Amino acid sequence: MSVSVDPDQALADAVERIARDVAAPNADAVDRDARFPAETIQALRDERALSAFIPVELGGAGASFEAIAAACLQLGRSCGASAMVFAMHQIQIVTIVRHLDGAPWFEAYLREVAAQQRLVASVTSEIGTGGDMGRSVAAVVPGADGRCSFEKQAPTVSYGEHADDLFVTLRRGPEAEPGDQVVVLAREDQLTLEPTGTWDPLGMRGTCSPGYVVRADLPEEQVLPTPFPRVAAESMVPVSHILWSHLWLGIATDAFDRARAFVRAASKQKPGETPPAALRLSHLMSELSLLRAEVASGLAEFVRASAEDDRETLSTMASALRFNNLKIAASEQAPRVCQGALGVCGIMGFKNDTPFSVGRHLRDTMSACLMVANERIHQTNASLLLIAKDV
Amino acid sequence: MTDEIRQIIKQHGRLPADVDSLPVDADLYAAGMSSHARINVMLALESHFDVELPDRMLTRDVFESIASIEAALTELCAESTAR
Repeated sequence: MSVSVDPDQALADAVERIARDVAAPNADAVDRDARFPAETIQALRDERALSAFIPVELGGAGASFEAIAAACLQLGRSCGASAMVFAMHQIQIVTIVRHLDGAPWFEAYLREVAAQQRLVASVTSEIGTGGDMGRSVAAVVPGADGRCSFEKQAPTVSYGEHADDLFVTLRRGPEAEPGDQVVVLAREDQLTLEPTGTWDPLGMRGTCSPGYVVRADLPEEQVLPTPFPRVAAESMVPVSHILWSHLWLGIATDAFDRARAFVRAASKQKPGETPPAALRLSHLMSELSLLRAEVASGLAEFVRASAEDDRETLSTMASALRFNNLKIAASEQAPRVCQGALGVCGIMGFKNDTPFSVGRHLRDTMSACLMVANERIHQTNASLLLIAKDV
Repeated sequence: MTDEIRQIIKQHGRLPADVDSLPVDADLYAAGMSSHARINVMLALESHFDVELPDRMLTRDVFESIASIEAALTELCAESTAR
């Protein structure tokens, strides 16, 4: 007799355990030492969580996108950096799965990701583009025998040194315009990373994201056939904004939980009296509710639009505005909730070594408005608003 | 209509390529039209043809080539005549 396991439930159970038993106990050390959350990523590998979204026929678990988003939220409640590494890996995987379009090399690659639990990082930002992911300087340079190469100056590559493979945006060729981009998947044994900086940031310290010069030489079949602008509009941008928002919500939720624990502890000291911080907590809960609602509705809209017959909806301007606004709203609201939690906990939240510490949460969520700068997104939205109708 | 569209792209598309010799089915993005220039082309088309491009036509696919823009405008004009 075979017992069928729901892949979404299996992922939720595994991630809940890993978040509680591995990510949470190591979160402070990861933050303090700005070190990669190796034990959490290994635990996720052991549970085959890195291939959870890959379809069963390609060796994955076939979990839903909603389950991946829920996992990001759950990990975010324990360790923001671990959640960000997991989320960014899943962004590349979800994007590849959604744009396979019969690309045989990429199908085989996904099988390898599943078999070996390979970790994928992305190299989308580039020096000289002014923070615009829709433009590239570096290009795919054709070589001999169906091979090609590239050299890209990346200001940050999240967990670059710890990733097995890199998902890189480039111009289609040396003569291509800056916006005529493709995605290339470069494997560890085909690339070199030359560090160009150090990593000692305010928050998200465990993502270990210094700058690198990335060089690779690889077969042309590792260029995804679908043009990157389509990949970006239909998948990479909305998926990034949704998964990031989920983990930011996770961090904010843990900050709220700590504030709640603080108020409960205070009320136990003086039974019968409502502590003054309880009122602040109530205000904080309404702030958290706004964030929850925005994140949940963004996910629901994406899932609806991703249903086979309606995927083109994601290419409309209304959709671009929708998912850009999710990112802006969530990235501003999450640190607001964390700061509110600090207001509730007071000095006990400000200190880094109490059960009510929220400094890490505040610092981690402050990275949110910089991951694709909000002002850059506002510039895009401002121009879309000139022409879009139903927004 | 093809020539009018071509003139608008020439004025607002900011293409490094020569728009006059661009085939009607040439990929405008590959020819260097940025997403910002695309919006200016859309606005200019709306005012030139006195139409409102609905959201379903404000996509990357519709603005991929002179031919695809013309097909969308033709469809739009037919709709407004039928009304």
